[in-house]
Amino acid sequence: MSFKSYCFKKSLWLFHFGGASCNNCDIEILDCLTPKYDVERFGMVLVGSVRHADVLLVNGSINKKDKPRLLEIYEQASKPVVVVAIGACGCTGGIFAEGNTFAGPVDKIIPVDAYIPGCPPKPEAILAGIVKLLGKI
Amino acid sequence: MVIDELKGKFTNEIRDTVIKNDRRVTITINPAALVSMAEHLYKTLGFRFIIASALHTRKGFEIYYHFSLDKPGLILNLHLILDSKKPEVESLSNMFEATNWIEREMHELFGIDFLNHPNLDQLLSEGNWAKGVYPYRKTFKSNGETKK
Amino acid sequence: MSKQTLIPIGPYHPLQEEPELFKLYCDGEIVKDVKWETGYNHRGIEKLSEKKSYDEVFFLVERVCGICSTSHPFAFANSVEEIGNVEITNRAKYIRSIIGELERIHSHLLWVGLAGHFLGYNTVFMWAWKYREPVLDLFEMISGNRNSYAMFKIGGVRRDIENNKIPAIEEVLSLVKKKTDLLVGAVMDDPVIHARTKGVGVLTKEDILHFAAVGPTARASGVDVDVRRDDPYAAYPMVNWKVITAQAGDVFAKAEVRLLEMYESISIIEQCLDGLKKEKEGDIDVKVKHIPEGYGLGRAEAPRGEVFHFVVSDGSNSPVRHKIRAPSYTNISTFKKSCVGQSISDATISLAAVDPCYCCTERLAVALDRNSGKRIMNAKEIIEHSTQITNRLLKNV
Repeated sequence: MSFKSYCFKKSLWLFHFGGASCNNCDIEILDCLTPKYDVERFGMVLVGSVRHADVLLVNGSINKKDKPRLLEIYEQASKPVVVVAIGACGCTGGIFAEGNTFAGPVDKIIPVDAYIPGCPPKPEAILAGIVKLLGKI
Repeated sequence: MVIDELKGKFTNEIRDTVIKNDRRVTITINPAALVSMAEHLYKTLGFRFIIASALHTRKGFEIYYHFSLDKPGLILNLHLILDSKKPEVESLSNMFEATNWIEREMHELFGIDFLNHPNLDQLLSEGNWAKGVYPYRKTFKSNGETKK
Repeated sequence: MSKQTLIPIGPYHPLQEEPELFKLYCDGEIVKDVKWETGYNHRGIEKLSEKKSYDEVFFLVERVCGICSTSHPFAFANSVEEIGNVEITNRAKYIRSIIGELERIHSHLLWVGLAGHFLGYNTVFMWAWKYREPVLDLFEMISGNRNSYAMFKIGGVRRDIENNKIPAIEEVLSLVKKKTDLLVGAVMDDPVIHARTKGVGVLTKEDILHFAAVGPTARASGVDVDVRRDDPYAAYPMVNWKVITAQAGDVFAKAEVRLLEMYESISIIEQCLDGLKKEKEGDIDVKVKHIPEGYGLGRAEAPRGEVFHFVVSDGSNSPVRHKIRAPSYTNISTFKKSCVGQSISDATISLAAVDPCYCCTERLAVALDRNSGKRIMNAKEIIEHSTQITNRLLKNV
């Protein structure tokens, strides 16, 4: 077993970075924690600092002001960290890709391990995406 | 009613009145009369400020100040036209807090100057686009250059 | 002069809806000044809107805010229909109102949950979000998506609510009604919530007008304003309901207004469903061929307050200028009044009361002994300690 897969073997802690989004994805991520979907049964919790997190969830299109902050947060994350781009905007920029402040989808800024498309993705889709990612590691 | 009273009080300042229906009225005024008219609307007649919208057109920079009188459901637009070379108008933010953000926003997006604004610094643009670039002007091109 | 400490809230925190930075300047426990920094979320929607045709703008304005994803299309439809003098059918009016009110219910449930969370009352958070799910399931049944419903178009709605779907909606409504009773009991009768929210974050009537605040924030301070009644649109003049107001202006009053509004919403939907049964199925839109030159002002009452759209048309296929005013735009500036002079622990709920939600955590680079508060390790020692732990883990692999 490699060190990387050892790190991700047990409960994953998530940190959520919301870029310039419409906050639908933010709400759906939060929804995963509530009784109907309840990811906490897998030991996944949202934490307040990226330094504690194993997974960095990024959603929303990234505008020019967010870009340096996203890079900084990625720097701060304790490695190895898994980056998941959530929603159409996180994957491609979505409807905001033509905007004058758009700084590129997430994968142009930091390396992304998984994409979860949808506008917004359903909580089931978010769960399925993370479970698939874990299978890959 | 309210419109007739305004017309009587500010006869010399009103250039044009368009009454679309009994809920939508637009009054074009001299930019110099903005503060006194807004003060009269807000303090005496009980209007609520909604928002201001700026436009860049052939006439120059136009600003619509939208005021609402809630009981009859009336929206009154104070419309003024500013010179496109040197757009500037007196700020309303010394009278109430409501215009503070929108004036800063119009300053950044259109480059309209609001005189005597308490705090005309950046609201949205910091990190997003440079100072002196006004993305909502018709002369703006998406690559950041300004058309002649 | 005493030294002030800066406590930042944001810009990125797991429970924040929007990235935005609040700087609280504190003297000891007391907040002395609030400053904010925005622009983290600027997407240039008004500019994008000028490139899109009227039909496409609906999908764009839906994504101004994911939670109010009906209110913005609602206001946009109102303003464009005002330019073209379009009169929509009764069935479309009912459907629009039903979608709008269902959204209000799920948004208020969301707020109640988050407010409970900020107070450390996580039971309410879990309950409220659990009972929000059936409403989202309804949306999925009606429109095919849990949020961003794409129901609106100029001249009507895109999809019908067929009569055979009505019993399912009524069933969910009766469930939500029961659960609202539960939440009202959990919030209004709880002595801890009374202690934490009464007299906190008070806004007077004059403050509301000064900051031009709208929606439940204004109604909780006794300002009787509701666009659904004042500037009637859709089916609201065709049904019976009342505007909920409270006088105190504190956080408790805002919670009270939102909770009681949910009953009104349920009642509006029930009446609209009755109306729907009388109208012919499929009669949901009128053809609009051309949007003439001119401008239109559209308003709609979102869960957070009045949404305002100003659309200028030059007779072509897309708007020349499209101004959007979301309710939080004016509501957020009330923080300057509601937080100053309070303790930091009350500041979070005062910020949340307006309904852009924030919560704050502090992290220090020193470990403190929990009981004595004495410093037991400094930053260097912590790093050494954690290196040792990592080495130990590596040996085990």
